[in-house]
Amino acid sequence: MPEASIIDLILSADPALVQIVKLSLAVSLTAAACAALIGVPLGAVLALTRFPGRPAIVVVLNALMGLPPVVAGLTVYLLLSRSGPLGSFGLLFTPPAMIIVQTILVTPIVAALARQTIDDLWVEYRDELAAMNVGPLRRVATLVRDARLSLVTALLAGFGRAVAEVGAVMIVGGNIDGFTRTMTTAIALETSKGDLPLAMSLGLVLIAIVIVVNALAWSVRRIDERLAG
Amino acid sequence: MRDAVSDVPIRFADVGLRIRDVTILDDVSITLACAATTVLIGPNGSGKSTLLRLAMGLLQPTSGRITWGGRADVPPTRRALVFQRPTMLRRTVAANLRYALAAAGCPRGVRGERVADLLALVALRDLGERPARRLSGGEQQRLALARALAKEPDVLFLDEPTASLDPAATKAIEDLIRTIAAHGIKVVMATHDLGEARRLGTDIVLMHRGRIVEHAGTKEFFSAPRTAEARKFIAGELLV
Repeated sequence: MPEASIIDLILSADPALVQIVKLSLAVSLTAAACAALIGVPLGAVLALTRFPGRPAIVVVLNALMGLPPVVAGLTVYLLLSRSGPLGSFGLLFTPPAMIIVQTILVTPIVAALARQTIDDLWVEYRDELAAMNVGPLRRVATLVRDARLSLVTALLAGFGRAVAEVGAVMIVGGNIDGFTRTMTTAIALETSKGDLPLAMSLGLVLIAIVIVVNALAWSVRRIDERLAG
Repeated sequence: MRDAVSDVPIRFADVGLRIRDVTILDDVSITLACAATTVLIGPNGSGKSTLLRLAMGLLQPTSGRITWGGRADVPPTRRALVFQRPTMLRRTVAANLRYALAAAGCPRGVRGERVADLLALVALRDLGERPARRLSGGEQQRLALARALAKEPDVLFLDEPTASLDPAATKAIEDLIRTIAAHGIKVVMATHDLGEARRLGTDIVLMHRGRIVEHAGTKEFFSAPRTAEARKFIAGELLV
């Protein structure tokens, strides 16, 4: 049986390949968006408030940046499995389960980096905003707005982790062909099956996507920097 | 919204500030009255900036009492402070002013017009769309002044507004300060520069080691200083 070459597979836009790429992007982008919605406000609160126990939360948050994906996967698996507390939703082995587990992995990254970024900018802005008599809500909005360039980098780091991660989506997604198969789980499977061209072409697509996303974000940064300084 | 009462006069009664056993300001009593430019002079660490921050309401005194127009605990809605190193927001020049106007509660509809007026006042009309952080030191200082004026303050505090500026930029700032004072805004400024104190001040406050050493009209202060410290300072000797 003649093996399809890597280039052919990519250029012919093999439907199975396209499906896998689409699902990967959908899951990881949604997870990154959810992580932004949770992580940026969380980071802002941690940057702008002082309360007992805050240092502990910051340390835990920083540590969670290194949370092993398989551990996150196992935890979500137990929660979502038929006999688990959230089993009745029937989410296990579906894309929403994969989004949940990746959100858990990405949120600490976004929150920890957002806290650092907003903290630094707050030190710079504190006196001026106090002198302008700016209230707490407008303060948060100002800091998030003016720190947006660095926050985009935090989101990219989060997206990068999500899209490259294999253990968690494998456990809660199940790598079901045409349903929960992502680029990383497909690469793992095809490699073990010995279909190295498909594994390799998926790997190239994955790298290309990460480069394109970063290039886009970089361009946005450049334009924004030129306009706002 | 704005009541008829002014924040001026600002009255310090036996005000002290102590942070962890270090006395930063000690037993300061002074009245900053209307329609005059008060200049604070004194060596580094004499308490000039601290006095401005207290008068602005950014710091709370650990002893004594500060009142604004006879009232205590008045939020800084009618006072403005330009810091020694003003922080430009990461926005364009015009956006910095729009922000200050919004924070001051200026209605959206008139902000555009007010931005144009303020830019014209500080001669930055052509730089409105420039990122504020790309401006030169003198331009940033002028933008900071315009931003402070956005809230139409009763009193404007300036912390060494011309430190580290060249003579041309210094002159532009000093002219602006005169214009502002001529509009009836009370100006209180700290400076190192005796010449500047003489040029702009109606009255001079000499500070040393957290205390007010002498407070007198400008002419009187320079021609007939009452204290040894003032004589030394005017003569250009080091006051340590």
